[in-house]
Parts: sequence; structure tokens; C-alpha cells
Amino acid sequence: MSTRTLPLLFINLGGEMLYILDQRLRAQNIPADKAKKVSTVAAWIEEDRKRVMNDIITTMFNKKFLEELFKPQELYSKKALRTVFDRLAHASIMRLNQASMDKLYDLMTMAFKYQVLLCPRPKDILLVSFNHMDAIKDFVKDAPTILGQVDETYQQLIEMYTPLSNGDFQLIRQTLLIFFQDMHIRVSIFLKDKVQNSNGRFVLPTSGPVPRGTQIPGLIRIFSCAGEELTRLQFHNGGNYSSALREGSFEIFGDRVTKLGTNMYSVSRPVETHMSGTSKSSAQHTKVNAAPNPLAKEELNLLARLMGGLEVQKPGSADTGFRVNLFATDEEEEEALISRPDELSYGVINIQATKDQQANAELAKIMEEFTEPGDQSTSGSSKGDDLLAMMDGL
Amino acid sequence: MSSAFRLNVRFLAFIGIFLAIVANITVNCVIKDWGNTMYHKEKSIQIKNSASALYNNLSVLRIAPRRLTYFTVVHANVVNMVSASWDGLNYSHRQLQSKEPNVATSTSLIMQAAFCVLPFRELLVVSSQKGIQMYESDGSIMVYWHALDTPETPTEQAVFARGISAVSDNYICVGVSSGAVLVFDVPSKGSNITLSEVLEEHKEAITDIASECSGSQECLANLVTADDGGNMCVWKSGEEFQLLNKIPGLDITCSSVKLWKGTVLAGYGTGQIRLYEAVTGILHAEVNAHARWIYSLDIAPFSGLLLSAAEDSFVRVWHLAVTTDTNSVEIAHLHNECVTDTQICGAKFCDGDGYAFAVTGYDLSEIIRYVQS
Repeated sequence: MSTRTLPLLFINLGGEMLYILDQRLRAQNIPADKAKKVSTVAAWIEEDRKRVMNDIITTMFNKKFLEELFKPQELYSKKALRTVFDRLAHASIMRLNQASMDKLYDLMTMAFKYQVLLCPRPKDILLVSFNHMDAIKDFVKDAPTILGQVDETYQQLIEMYTPLSNGDFQLIRQTLLIFFQDMHIRVSIFLKDKVQNSNGRFVLPTSGPVPRGTQIPGLIRIFSCAGEELTRLQFHNGGNYSSALREGSFEIFGDRVTKLGTNMYSVSRPVETHMSGTSKSSAQHTKVNAAPNPLAKEELNLLARLMGGLEVQKPGSADTGFRVNLFATDEEEEEALISRPDELSYGVINIQATKDQQANAELAKIMEEFTEPGDQSTSGSSKGDDLLAMMDGL
Repeated sequence: MSSAFRLNVRFLAFIGIFLAIVANITVNCVIKDWGNTMYHKEKSIQIKNSASALYNNLSVLRIAPRRLTYFTVVHANVVNMVSASWDGLNYSHRQLQSKEPNVATSTSLIMQAAFCVLPFRELLVVSSQKGIQMYESDGSIMVYWHALDTPETPTEQAVFARGISAVSDNYICVGVSSGAVLVFDVPSKGSNITLSEVLEEHKEAITDIASECSGSQECLANLVTADDGGNMCVWKSGEEFQLLNKIPGLDITCSSVKLWKGTVLAGYGTGQIRLYEAVTGILHAEVNAHARWIYSLDIAPFSGLLLSAAEDSFVRVWHLAVTTDTNSVEIAHLHNECVTDTQICGAKFCDGDGYAFAVTGYDLSEIIRYVQS
């Protein structure tokens, strides 16, 4: 539908990913008193956290990559987008197992789905995007080069989106909602805050402020042919609405007003997803567009161009990389991988498996750098290190 | 006074207060329920896929001779069709896919599916990103395909067809994202459907199209087209369609439009409903109807009942009275239904009197039905 959806999808999902990784990296931080080694180990962890965040953000805002992203195009399939984020998540020394990556992606997508659904006006999706951008800017405030890249992206967003009409934004929103259709994964932080029901559906309140430009429902006005108001009638609207809040800022700086898109995670609020109970409902929905080809040829070409722009850190030697677990323990992570319902698996693309790739030199280059999903599960190689052993033991 | 007497007094006072509270609660409930007893919920119809968030995402066709009703709901690139028998015992399902030129290109998303009722035949029209498909009303055979001019590489302006209506005895009009309205000439039977005219008045993407006065009725205006900027055009059909009036919008999308007794009923992104006199453009009434974007309007032509549905989870029923000789229009609110935690995307009356209506919502895999009590 809308050909201007991808940049917003990418930036918002990327923003959520950074919130979650930041929280997990802080949570896996070893408190100074607990460290058996010298206190410089704790400092190293803090350094690495910043380095991981900087590396990922640098890759996210890579100029060539963004150029491709901002071109008018249809939205990618879920599989293709998941592949891009897999690549992005591994753009630093951080390593994620399949189960953790799955969970990360679930959280990212459910969070953005929630934000899109709850936006009072379609245009507010841009404010949500700016909230994410503001937070990203804060993550890299000590790194001027990356900051420059982020600022440029603000400019691109403003240039591309501020001239759009409300109807254009609604089309973007409808396109995003089709992308998120039928996703009802329960997120514990949402359940606790009572913004999500136990069946995985979000709570849509019939109270609160109306969007800017909308009046509180209840008034009927009848006019004469000359334009004078003849009658006023009131009706009961069934809700509990209040007047609209002030307008948020659509510029590089400013108060966005909406809280949607701000960081809802903190070290004390761990993120968990519940897989049980969702498989029953999703099984009923046959995905009609499950084509025999895992990826349409057109999508593959696009993906190649996009990934060509993504620089990847070589999964280097064991002592420089370190693993991040999105679950509380390793056992939980393994358990999650085994028990994940089939229909919820993302089927990350193995580009080697498709036939029409050899002609494309860029794809060949990607093939070399692309870590096969199989390799990630053999995490035993990274466990030899003392430091990693300490982290795994937590 | 004796202590027993005092106790009695206290007891009576307590009872008195208790009764007053109960009476108060009863009165409140009664007043609140007064708006909610007109319709009650019936058994929902399960559909194979959930509804997508698209304007006017429900179409209903009543087939009296066979005591059946057809429903269509769009999910991404699929139209879910359900045929429901009136006795509630038989349901049959069918899925129609959008036509795709070749497998290699990305899927073509459907914007709308609507039944078009003409004097001698009924067709199901499906409009998508690639073009317009027309089927026999039971979805069994595709009788016509019209491809849109889709560019090789995607452009900033999206390309799609949206807004479907039967007009007069032999036309079907479909809107396009460029603002054009395609007029198809439909013979009484067969597949010899032709593109008769292209109406180019709108500059923004068409959102919805509506008509009235088919068959023997004669009307001054029998077609209204609406766009993303809230602008509306009023037409008279014929070999060459005549533009009778333009009603300017206020840069607010008109997502759903109906035409009844010469009055345009328009639902907007701000949640307002406006009633205009079609030929003159005079604003007769303005209703602050919903707290979010309106997605669907429908009119029951025999009773003047109006149905409105929005992202705010509410479906509201109104009563319209149009007196043509005095040029007056009245609208009154009758009933609210709240579909909890659902952004409604389709709402239609199931019959011309408005005795029953059906509702669809984003991510919901059922068609919810309501019937007058």
C-alpha cells in the first residue's frame, strides 16, 4: 500500500530494539562487589555496553543503508525484515542465540504494534518516531560522528513526512497494521501495566483526551439553509472523554507530548514474553500467502541492496565477542527455543538456499559474511572465556 | 423515648436511606440502558482470517429467495466470503485472492470488496493495488479484470483502487488513488463489461463512492464521490456523467460516504458526521459523533436509520428524517454499541429497514451481529 512505510517501521523497531538491549546489557552488568576479579572488569562491561550500543546505532544510521531505506517501496515481508534486524543485532561484538533473538524481535514488534494502535491520530506515528530518535540521540550523545548521522536522519524524516496529509498517514498506519496483523504475543510488562489483556489483545480505552482536531462526541447541530444554527442536541457518548492535549513538536527538538515511543523498560522491570496460549489462537488463522518460495525474487534483490549497505563486524575471536541472553537463565533460553510453536517461528532466511543468487556479486559478499543460523546455536566456543563464564553463571 | 423506639427510628432511617440509594442506582441504570436496549447482540459468525484495518471493510448482500446473506471481509490480499442461512444453521466459506500478474512480484493488497446490486444482476467487485476484479455475487467466477497502470518501480504516490458503487441500472464506479473515478458499463448478463468513462475531478485518492436511485426512481443527483482531502463531487449518471456540484473539504479525510434522499452523509477522520444537501452543498447538520477516525457509514433506506462506526470502538445508530419540500434534515441519536478493545473497520445493516446490523474490527476473526430487541 503506502510506499513510505519502511523507514518508519525500521526506525521505530530499531529504537525498541535499542531500549531492550540497553536494559539487558545493564541487567547483565556485574556489580563491583560481586566481581571476583579486579574492579576494572566492571568498568570493561560498562565500556562494552556503550560500544555495543554505538556500533549498532552506527550501523542503523549508515548513510548508504538509509538511502536505500528511504526510497519509495512496498513493505518487506516479516521474514525479510527479521533478517535485516538479525544482521543489525550482530553488528557489534554482542552475540544472541536464536531463542534470544526471537524473543527480542517479539518484544520489538509487539511494542511498536501497541504504539501504532494507540496513536490518537495517524500523524502521531511521526511523534512516536521522534521519541525513538530522541532516545537514540541520547544513547550516542558522547559520540559526535554518530550524532551527526542521527541528526541527518532527523532531517530526512522531517523532509519526507511533514508535508504528508492526514490521509497519507492513515494509509501508512493501515499498511503497518496489516504488517502486524494477528500478532498477539503477551508481554509481561504490558500485562502488568494493564495495557494488554490476557488474550494478547491491547486495551483500547474509551476515556481520556480526544486527538487534536477532534471534538468530544456528544453534540448535534442542525443548521438552516442560510447557515444559522437552528438546534443543538446532546447525546450520551458512552465513554469518558476529555479535551485534546496540546500539539507535540514535529521539529528536531521539542516536547513530543505523547509518551508512546519513550523507553518503558528499566533495569528493575525485566521483559518476558509468554508463548503459551498464543499458539491456540494463531493456529486457526491460515496464512494464505505462504508462497512455496521463501522469498519473492523482487524482495531478494531489494534485501541484497539493503544488506550491501550494512557493514558487519566479523564475528571475531571468542574473547572479544560476548553473549547476551534475553531470558533470566540459559536453561530458560534453551527451553524457549525448543518449545516455540511452529507458526510463530520467523524462518530466518538462509540466502544460500535460494537458487538465483550467484549472479549478484553483492549477495555473494553477503553470503560470506552472513552467519548461518546453525552456527549460532553452537555457542560452546564462546564459553571458554573466564569473563563469559562469570556472566553465564548469573 | 424508650430505647426500642429509638432503635426503630434508626432502623427506619437506615432503610429509608438504603431505598433512596437503590432508587438512585436504578434510575441511573435505567437512563443509561435506555440508549442500549434498542439492539442486542446475536451469535457471531466466525471467519477464516481477521479483518484488516481498511475503510468500509464489510459488505453484505441479502438474497431473499434463497434465505441467505453473504458477507465479505478483506484480510490483506484475501477476501473472506461467508454465506449464512437465515435459520442460523448453515454457514459456508470461500476465499478469493487478489489477482497477481506473476508470482515473482510482491503480493497485491486488497483495498475494498463490495457487492454491487444492479436490476438484472449482482456482482462482487474487489479493488486492489494491481486492479479491479469483478465476480459473480457468490464469488464462483471472475467475469472481468481491469489492470491499473502500475509503474515499474514504486513511486512516492501509492497506486491502488478504492471506493466501489453500483450506479443507476448499468454502471459500476470504482475510484483510484490518483483521484480518477472509473465508470464501467455492465450488461445485464455476460462478461462484456467495458470501461465507459474516466471522471477526473478529484486531485486526491478516492476513499469512498455512494449512489441512490436505481431502477425506476428519478433523481437529480445519483452519485457522490469522496476523497482523502474531504472533497466531494456530486454527479448525475448517463452516457456521459454530469458533474452537478463540488463540496470542498477541510483537509480532513472523508472515509465513508452515503447518499439518501438527496442528502450526502459523510464520515470524517476527525470523528464528525456531516449532512449536506447534495446538489447545493448546503450544510444541514454536523455531529461530533466519534472520538476517533470514522471507518464506516451505512444507511437503511426504508427506515432512515444511519449506522456509524469508528476506531474508538463504538458503533452508533441514528435516525434521519429528510423532508424534501421544506428542505429540512433532522438527525437524532438512538443507540450505542461498544465493541471492547476493538478498532471497528466495517459496519453494515443487513436489511433495508435496519432490523439487524453486522460489524467487523481490526484483528477480529468474527463478524459480530446485532438485532433489534
